[in-house]
Amino acid sequence: MYSFEPNEEQTMLIDTVARYASTNLRPASHDADEEGELPVSLIKKGWELGVLQASTPEAYGGFGEHSAVTGVLAAEEMAYGDLAGSISVMTPGLFAIPVLLMGSEEQKKTHLPNIIGGDWVPYSAAFIEPDFDFDPNELRTTASLDGDQYVITGEKTFVPFAKDATYLIVYASLDGKTQGFIVQNGIQGMQVGARNQALGVNALPLYPCKFENVRIPAANRLGGEGGHAFEPLLASMWLSNAALALGVSKAALEYAINYAKEREVFGMKVAQKQAIAFMMAEMATEIEAIRVLTWEAAWMLDNGKEDAYKEAYLAFTGAADMAMMVTDRAVQILGGHGYIRDHPVEKWMREGRGFATFTGLSIV
Amino acid sequence: MMIDFETPKPIAKQNEMLKLAADYRMRPVSRYFDEHEHEIPWDFINFMQTVQQMSGGGGGLTPSEPKRDADGKERPRIGYQMLASMLEMLSYGDVGLFLCTPGGGLGSAAIEAAGTPEQKDKFLARFKGEKPAFGAMAITEAGAGSDNSAIRTTAVLDKETNEWILNGEKIFVTCGQKSLEEGDGLVVVWATIDPKAGRAGIRSFVVEAGTPGAKVTKLEDKMGIRASDTASIVLQDCRVPFDHILGSPEIEEKTTAGFKGAMATFDATRPLIGASAVGVARATLELLKEQLAQRGIAIRYGLPRQKMTNIEREIIDMEMMLRSAWLLVIKAVWMADNRKSNAKEASMSKVRGGDVVTKITQRAVELMGPVGYSKELLLEKWFRDAKISDIYEGTGQINRLIVARNILGYRGADLR
Repeated sequence: MYSFEPNEEQTMLIDTVARYASTNLRPASHDADEEGELPVSLIKKGWELGVLQASTPEAYGGFGEHSAVTGVLAAEEMAYGDLAGSISVMTPGLFAIPVLLMGSEEQKKTHLPNIIGGDWVPYSAAFIEPDFDFDPNELRTTASLDGDQYVITGEKTFVPFAKDATYLIVYASLDGKTQGFIVQNGIQGMQVGARNQALGVNALPLYPCKFENVRIPAANRLGGEGGHAFEPLLASMWLSNAALALGVSKAALEYAINYAKEREVFGMKVAQKQAIAFMMAEMATEIEAIRVLTWEAAWMLDNGKEDAYKEAYLAFTGAADMAMMVTDRAVQILGGHGYIRDHPVEKWMREGRGFATFTGLSIV
Repeated sequence: MMIDFETPKPIAKQNEMLKLAADYRMRPVSRYFDEHEHEIPWDFINFMQTVQQMSGGGGGLTPSEPKRDADGKERPRIGYQMLASMLEMLSYGDVGLFLCTPGGGLGSAAIEAAGTPEQKDKFLARFKGEKPAFGAMAITEAGAGSDNSAIRTTAVLDKETNEWILNGEKIFVTCGQKSLEEGDGLVVVWATIDPKAGRAGIRSFVVEAGTPGAKVTKLEDKMGIRASDTASIVLQDCRVPFDHILGSPEIEEKTTAGFKGAMATFDATRPLIGASAVGVARATLELLKEQLAQRGIAIRYGLPRQKMTNIEREIIDMEMMLRSAWLLVIKAVWMADNRKSNAKEASMSKVRGGDVVTKITQRAVELMGPVGYSKELLLEKWFRDAKISDIYEGTGQINRLIVARNILGYRGADLR
């Protein structure tokens, strides 16, 4: 039976996240982007909303079941406040969610209570590689089995909080298949480089990482000896990315609408010009279209539907295009003012281009 | 409630049945009726009449009442969702033929939206009879399209006989010929009861088949949907009984309530046109992928864009557009079924549907090269059929205007 209504718990969670996004994240967004840093207290406050905790069963310190649908609903609301802040709050999930979905019982018991049970702690994942044709299914970082150890070699980039993370999941190609490996930060052969500088998400600390013959126990392969399926994890990364793109786009459209309804031109509001009004109608339609697509893909993933991987991919590619289109138009609608950093739209536009590249920075 | 995308069982069942109609009753004659414009596809019509008799439907664009469980509890309302799914599947078969489906169509939708219970009894029963009957809506005139307050057709009350006298010329009446001249059908005609009153004077009137003074004067030759007739209708001292007016007959009453009642029809029917657009787009994309597969071209999902071929990027983009357009339709009709106000979502689904079907059919013809451009395949036909989805029931631009007013919180006067 079709329904587009979140359940009661989801509605409550969305409300809480939305309040945090608009009263805590958004006011800090501009300065954080300029200074390249978000106050840790703000990230901790976001963590305390309990999005990840609500997605983790009691046995591992949480109070609910994992749901990609709930994840995308929350991610969109949070990104409406600030993208770098949202990804920061979600960073422990980069480690916890793959462990929860694919980890062995031992891995879950070892790590999840430490992440879920207390304050925000930077656990992370090293996924993206510094190549123009980076392909999640054909990684250049390799893992090979040597006795009872895996040996990992390769380069990663855009690893959130790599400097401070306690543990990371490092994704590497094992016999041509992408697999995750649990790696303790600072292990011999691992080097965290100087912080990445990028077009956007300035307030998110991202780092390149090098792995040279890093040796880890075989038991640290995600899922244990037999490893794990990678497709559902990649699908979840795509969907998280799509949801964050929705949040940023929603913010940009709303800002453009408010501006256009205030700004006078030729004796009327600029919003009363069809040229502008039509742009906004198309932005709104695009956002709504990608939102329902993202919801359906998340629902398919939660329900183990065959085409979930494909649909999540469609949602991701659609969302990347949508975010670019919507944020670009938001800047355009503000005209010269859109280009000035006093207004947030230029920041959203710099983030808007990023979603095509952000797969792996977050997961739902 | 919770977010759910499982196709309801009655819709899945209906889809199975209608897929057979699409494959075996529509596709085989698609090309023939495209090439024989103005020939009425009676085999298809009679077949659909039988189908509808079996399923108890009236072929209208209004949903059936929700079914009840054994204990009398009302089941969830999915009438509009059923209709949208039906239109999608029949348009996947052939959108021109779909428009020839017997039943009340837009005519009965207008009567459902603005008629009294007596009027519904009087006018709608004919669509549940044994013989095919058609209903149409006549709004457009040479000088009035989406701006229907510019309507010049007049309705004057003859107080002696208590009849309305209609005078004027209507154009672009979809199914006008079949409604007026083939069987016991009807046309809902928009006219003004007070030309000085603008919108406040607009009413609609039921003109039954065979009414003296109502005549089909022209059948249009069209770019596509050629199986469907598009008629001009001249009304010359055409007299209809007093109770054929939909809405209030009070000329003094200078409100736009009557007009708004008539316009409400469109909130309900716009997503249905979106659904029809999606059907044509799905047919096109399916055929395109089949053709590519025959030539050894497989589509790989999940690649970074740097590694995709152009064709892969095109196909994946089309699939994204198609699925999201369909979900917008489903959301809009789900809202209608649940009695949520859906003017914005209805127009969004129409905008998206029209955009998506024109883009997909245009790209498909391009990607298939000379094969796409030739009449060997139906791609060139669907390219022609598609365009109407972005025009009828309000052009893409009118619907953008409606979306814009909704998101801006503007009324018509604020954003013209």
